[in-house]
Amino acid sequence: MPATIRIPTSLRSLTGGSSEVEVPTGQVGAALDDLIARYPDFGERLIGEDGKPRRFVNIFVAEDDIRFLDGLETAVGEGQVVTILPAVAGG
Amino acid sequence: MVFADSLICRECARTSELAPSYFCEWCFGPLEVLYDYEAVADSISREKIAQGPPTLWRYADLLPVEASAAADLGAGFTPLVRADRLAAALGLGEVWVKNDTLNPTNSFKDRPVTVAVTKALEFGIKTVACASTGNLANAVAAHAARAGLDSYVFVPYDIERAKIVATAALGTVVAVQGNYDDVNRLCVQLNEQYPWGIVNINLRPYYAEGSKTLAFETAEQLGWQLPDHVVVPVASGALLTKIAKGFDELVQVGLVEPADVRISGAQAEGCSPVATAFAEGSDDVRPQKPDTIAKSLAIGDPADGYYALRQVRRSGGAVAAVSDDEIVEGIHLLARTEGILTEPAGGVTVATLAKLAKEGLVTDSERVVIYITGHGLKTPEVIATDDPVRIPATVDGFRAEFETKE
Repeated sequence: MPATIRIPTSLRSLTGGSSEVEVPTGQVGAALDDLIARYPDFGERLIGEDGKPRRFVNIFVAEDDIRFLDGLETAVGEGQVVTILPAVAGG
Repeated sequence: MVFADSLICRECARTSELAPSYFCEWCFGPLEVLYDYEAVADSISREKIAQGPPTLWRYADLLPVEASAAADLGAGFTPLVRADRLAAALGLGEVWVKNDTLNPTNSFKDRPVTVAVTKALEFGIKTVACASTGNLANAVAAHAARAGLDSYVFVPYDIERAKIVATAALGTVVAVQGNYDDVNRLCVQLNEQYPWGIVNINLRPYYAEGSKTLAFETAEQLGWQLPDHVVVPVASGALLTKIAKGFDELVQVGLVEPADVRISGAQAEGCSPVATAFAEGSDDVRPQKPDTIAKSLAIGDPADGYYALRQVRRSGGAVAAVSDDEIVEGIHLLARTEGILTEPAGGVTVATLAKLAKEGLVTDSERVVIYITGHGLKTPEVIATDDPVRIPATVDGFRAEFETKE
């Protein structure tokens, strides 16, 4: 069973309307690479020139922000959901 | 007349039309409102502002909405008081307190919210919402009621009781099992599902503009001069960046002479991602799990933290963090010296001013303004002391307790 990347409505124009994209299990970075290989428009939007996720992109595995885990090396297990969300502030 | 003409990405500077949206579809960067400043400069003047209402709507030319149709409870134009007793206690010269506890719902959040709810009306939105640490919830529920809109306000389940009680009387409170950053993420996802105006998400570019009025009022109340140094509490970082933007705009439209304003930030040690990055000389604001009595500042992942940090460094200011004990001392110091009762966020600001003064980062030759953003009655659990002395209803009873022994 692969893992899933969930695409928010506002970004579905990049996937031709798909709300979920199946990716191999392993690490978040490889899962994103797989997404980008299929939908190249995600490339420079998600990952900056330094190879890290852009400052205003938040990535979650299940419920957890990968910045609290192992970043792009965070493990993604079978059936787990990776969520991409734009950052916002508030208060 | 509205002079806002588009949204612009703060990262890649691409522009887009004014709409309920908050991030750049090209680079995910945050969007902000762009004005036709030449047209503003032609329209605005000190005299015109002086004739305006005693609210933040006197600065309507620099806000992104039509003031005549505002969802207005009278936010803004709060007192700027000279705080000589506080200054003396801290060994400083000229200190002013912007007392923003005296807004309609007793925090500065009425400023961004009156703008955001007015924008919701312009967009034809029927329901407004927010992710809040409490004060924003109060402000959204009140302004929504005033505008005849439905509201849902989402808060962490463990915020101060008074904030929940006051808000529940005005609208629908949803207490979420999680911290602010969890609530925020939930609201980002709800924004995808519901046709709401979430003031600090899809209305955020407009919402954030309201906070600039703190800078406008500061300058006007100082006789159209900029202060030398301001100390601002930092949660998301948006307030600090917008106060800086406000000072810049006043110069740009010719209302004040250019001057350097040092901008410093105040955080609680238990939630200090921006202060930590400042101390480390880093640009990377790493998220934290908050644990502090300053719940209104408990945002562990401040999306404007990076911009706040950049603004502080550019201006020659500093960001410091203070302990929970120092926060309580700060609350009591402001109360006893100036008669202003603040919630812990204000205690953070006062304690940070004290710390910066001690370290020589604020000096006695500077004209300093501090921003006190929320009222102490919102957080009685923090300011509660022992029960007062009880006496019989007799003069002797009073004397026995209080008369100084000779």
